Amino acid sequence: MFPTPVEKSSRTWQLTYQSLLPVALILWLLPLIAVALFSIKPAGDFSAGNYWNLPSQFAGFENYGRVFLESDMPRYLLNSVFITIPTVIGAVALSAMTGFALGIYRFKLNLAVFFLFVAGNFVPFQILMVPVRDLTLQMGLYNTKTGLVLFHIAFQTGFCTLFMRNFIRALPFELIEAARVEGVAEWRIFWFVVLPLMKPAIAALAVLIFTFIWNDYFWAVVLTQGIESQPVTAGITSFNAQYRAAYHLMSAGSIVAAIPPVAMFFLMQKHFIAGLTLGAVK
Amino acid sequence: MATQTEQANRSWYKRNEIALTPWLFLIPGILMFLFYVILPVFQSFYISTLDWDGLGQGTSVGFENYRELWHDPAFYTSLRNNLIWLALYLLAIPAGLFIALFLNQTVTGIRLYKSLFFFPFVISQVVVGLVFTWFYDPTFGLLNTFIGWFGFGPINVLGDPRYVTYGIIAAGLWPQTAYCMILYLTGLNAVDPEQVEAARLDGAKGWRMLWYVIIPQLKPATFIAFVVTVIGALRSFDLISIMTNGGPFGESRVLSFYMFEVALSEYGFRMGYGAAIAVVLFLIMLCFITYFLYSMYKEEKGH
Repeated sequence: MFPTPVEKSSRTWQLTYQSLLPVALILWLLPLIAVALFSIKPAGDFSAGNYWNLPSQFAGFENYGRVFLESDMPRYLLNSVFITIPTVIGAVALSAMTGFALGIYRFKLNLAVFFLFVAGNFVPFQILMVPVRDLTLQMGLYNTKTGLVLFHIAFQTGFCTLFMRNFIRALPFELIEAARVEGVAEWRIFWFVVLPLMKPAIAALAVLIFTFIWNDYFWAVVLTQGIESQPVTAGITSFNAQYRAAYHLMSAGSIVAAIPPVAMFFLMQKHFIAGLTLGAVK
Repeated sequence: MATQTEQANRSWYKRNEIALTPWLFLIPGILMFLFYVILPVFQSFYISTLDWDGLGQGTSVGFENYRELWHDPAFYTSLRNNLIWLALYLLAIPAGLFIALFLNQTVTGIRLYKSLFFFPFVISQVVVGLVFTWFYDPTFGLLNTFIGWFGFGPINVLGDPRYVTYGIIAAGLWPQTAYCMILYLTGLNAVDPEQVEAARLDGAKGWRMLWYVIIPQLKPATFIAFVVTVIGALRSFDLISIMTNGGPFGESRVLSFYMFEVALSEYGFRMGYGAAIAVVLFLIMLCFITYFLYSMYKEEKGH
């Protein structure tokens, strides 16, 4: 193991390390801690110039209450949910199929199709922006959640295919051969043999795509406009414009917007990390 | 008669099942991907030769957009900033490795520490941008409170053309370092303990051990870290849009942001000109994409 485990080193270093950990963490998360602190301060603290001292009173309930009851935040959150969940389902379903096709079968264009997906996944968003916006307008889907979802599904399929295909490659191929010898139809091999084995990959992709899409800002701005379809990342800018200089409310709003992916990460940590490393480093 | 053809069909399908199945499974994915990703790339090339406001018919202007770009100082500012982003963003890789080495221990509670260190990557860049805007605020920001203790005057990081890009990059490095850290933590898990012990017996320690034994074994993690960092640097848009909106005086623009500004903002809807900027960005990216694909191709052939 590298570096040398602290248990094997001198007592002084052990103690230093143990006390260094929390200090380093606090420094690392300082900007976030500041926002959390802001979000529980009453408005008066800011006008009195009390930015960094402890709150004069705990106003957390009041601040978060206003975010949920008096602002458009719940609506934006709901939009985000209705954009993120269908995208996750769609992208995972499509890529389970493409990954199966590219991972199991040998045919001439296999690698070419695979690299098409991989290359497309690296493309800068801006080269797609004008045509995709135009396409969405022409289909009458501009400023709808459906328009955003369709694009997200298509784009995420690139990354998901890369992931699924590599995962399926690593499965024991004998299982599929055995099923073929038994005369099982190919689509049944997919459904009954491969799909059950893909559960970890599906879980990993689902959390990862959830986070990506929830946090998307660029496409939200390009393809949607108003409160009826904008997700929370875009909504928070209108929210902030409405509560300009009301730091306690802006902080509370930001925290509310950030919580769902954070919760997702903590609940599904193992899968999340497996997904991030593309399954390449075990 | 009908049933006979059906049977013939079915047996034709049966006979070619292995060859046909992959395509049946690929069709929905490929169609979506072609429609929304691959074809738009080519359309953008075409649109970049138009003068088009995005509504009516565009008029063809040949390479006029590119000629204008050649003489556009804002384009060069953006290009320069893109290069700064690219160079400095790569610092996330050694920084991530450093934190990973720091956290690669087995003391109690270390799992929680690792997760909390990863935190910045999970939250949206929009929130990161807001948080850092306040962090830099000249009147109450933590940064200026801090340097004030040492008697330095307030610096308006985001309002000063000299510092603004670096300030935004620092904000971007925060989540990116967390990402690289997690890649290296998983990589360090896979380092062969026997090799480390053997090297230790040979007297390798500290830096030499890290450089000659550990880093070579972390190569897959480094490759992924490099790929995601380069893409992240060239895609930088959210932070700039939230923190400065390109300002002051357009000094914090990058190509991706300038393109958006030209095509979809109050400065007018110049789709053709925007597409031309996007094409330049795409060509820069293409160098990297080619390298990534080439590396992956070699890997594939190696198997």
